[in-house]
Amino acid sequence: MISVQGLTAKYGDRVVLHELDFHVGKSELVGLLGPNGSGKTTLLLCLSKVVPLDSGEATVSGQELSAYSARELALVEASVPQRQEISFPFKCIEVVLMGRYPHQREFGSDSDEDLTKAMEAMRLTDTLDLAQRRISEISGGEAQRVIIARALAQETELLLLDEATANLDVAHKMQMFDLFSEKNNQGATFLCAMHDLNLAALYCQRLIFLKNGRINIDGPTMETFTEENLSEIYETEVRIIPHPDTGVPQAMFVPGAERQAHSA
Amino acid sequence: MKLEEIRGRLTASRRVFVLGLLLLTMVSFLSVLGAAGIGRLHFSWKTVIESIGEGLGLVQSGTVERTPLLVVFDIRLSRVVLSFLVGSALGVAGAVFQGVLRNPLADPFTIGVASGAAFGAALAFALGLGGASYLGLGTIPLLALVGALGALALVVILGRVQGRLRRDTMVLAGIVVATFLSALIALIKALDEEAVSAIVFWVMGSFQGRGWIHVAFSLPYLLLGLYLVVKCARELDILTMGEVQARQLGVEVEQVRRRLLVGGSLLTAAAVSVSGVIGFVGLVVPHLVRMTMGAAHQRLMVLSGLLGGLALLWSDVVARTLLPGGEELPVGVVTALVGGPFFCLLLKRRRGGVILD
Repeated sequence: MISVQGLTAKYGDRVVLHELDFHVGKSELVGLLGPNGSGKTTLLLCLSKVVPLDSGEATVSGQELSAYSARELALVEASVPQRQEISFPFKCIEVVLMGRYPHQREFGSDSDEDLTKAMEAMRLTDTLDLAQRRISEISGGEAQRVIIARALAQETELLLLDEATANLDVAHKMQMFDLFSEKNNQGATFLCAMHDLNLAALYCQRLIFLKNGRINIDGPTMETFTEENLSEIYETEVRIIPHPDTGVPQAMFVPGAERQAHSA
Repeated sequence: MKLEEIRGRLTASRRVFVLGLLLLTMVSFLSVLGAAGIGRLHFSWKTVIESIGEGLGLVQSGTVERTPLLVVFDIRLSRVVLSFLVGSALGVAGAVFQGVLRNPLADPFTIGVASGAAFGAALAFALGLGGASYLGLGTIPLLALVGALGALALVVILGRVQGRLRRDTMVLAGIVVATFLSALIALIKALDEEAVSAIVFWVMGSFQGRGWIHVAFSLPYLLLGLYLVVKCARELDILTMGEVQARQLGVEVEQVRRRLLVGGSLLTAAAVSVSGVIGFVGLVVPHLVRMTMGAAHQRLMVLSGLLGGLALLWSDVVARTLLPGGEELPVGVVTALVGGPFFCLLLKRRRGGVILD
């Protein structure tokens, strides 16, 4: 689905991503982890052609990224951004319908099919009740789910999520990832930048760890989610215990006072 | 909420829009007729309607006397139509600039177009070209148009950073260009005292002495501008989500934004070149429509156009009839006097529709 070779990206003279090589297969659900400023968001922006590649190649769905027009690319991949920039009082249903834009012809208006698909996406993200509310008047977490619905309405085989669930409550976080997991089982591919390590371990089959713009570790969750790796990447002490129900590794963090007592 | 219910609500809101559209169109027609009947010289409504009919060639010539024909058709109706067109252009341009710049304080003049036009006009006055004519039209609208488009070009060039047009640098470039041009206008005023009053009056905005020739002059730019922006209405909706998201949703951001800016500037230039700088219509009208009808730009543009036209048409009627002695007020004074307090009222009464976040 995604194939990247020697991908380098710069902001001015500052190199943000150094010659990344990786491949994401169809129907994978991959977590993109790493500390602040490690380049996760930039990588996702490169893959959606917002940030230009300085050098290297990136292929999405079998076609070189540079060969896509904006509309063609929007038919293949959908993005959920980290920050919301919504400042106009659109109704939530109108926002979700924007996800149908790449499917519409010039001068086209929303067809019945568009409306049906938008509402289905809203039902899945539990936002149908917000359909007629203005997006400027609902909470940040609700708006985030509306944006997720917009990405689903885009009906793409690849979804790039940048901290898509960061400001959702626990129940909605789980609900959204259950949904992603279900879409993944139906064949959709996900690349999710995340800070919530335990959520990543629960849902992602594979993890890519970025640090200082380079890929440090890339492999199956069960092999890479270790005390040693996490402590090194995040530069803080981490303990791993198995999830009581599923046995998946979960990270526990050690407060500073405890660490000092330990070393003393 | 049930699917059917949402579908029903959408249909209902479309009905409200169509109803509003019909109502405003009807009121606009009646207003044009009505305003042509209002003035210092009084004529019966029958005479007014017959004069317009004869002027348009619908009634056999010679039906009405020369005086009502001249006053109602040539002087008043042309001015009423022009004020409506200018108001429409400003209303639509305001909606476009607020959307493209994602700034609730933006209006058609934010990126320096007005200052460019004013500079062009000031230059015409200072060079003593005010009286010269070209195809029966003063040189002032021509130079104002050139000034407006020149200022836009300058702002776009200055606003580009690393080959990309950026919203924030463009606003800054607009301020710089406007300030610089204002200084040049002040310089012209200082050097040429005879031109001062003409420049001041022009800058305040007025329709005094305008006629059909001005309608014919600005109409092509206005239509071209309208075509460009209405075509991109849906893209403008998506553009308000921010450049990044717009691109990810499949919008060719650079291309669409260039079209919208050129279209909005053509609308503004078409207005400014024949009327001078008229404030508040482009700021207040789109706000009012957005609060009542929502943010979708296709509807916003259409309704802002009609409402802007109506607002300016009646402002001009007030401007030419308010003073008992027969002198005219600059119409910009009327729109600012009415628009300012009205805008404050809007802001106070409802915060939800205000697009500050």
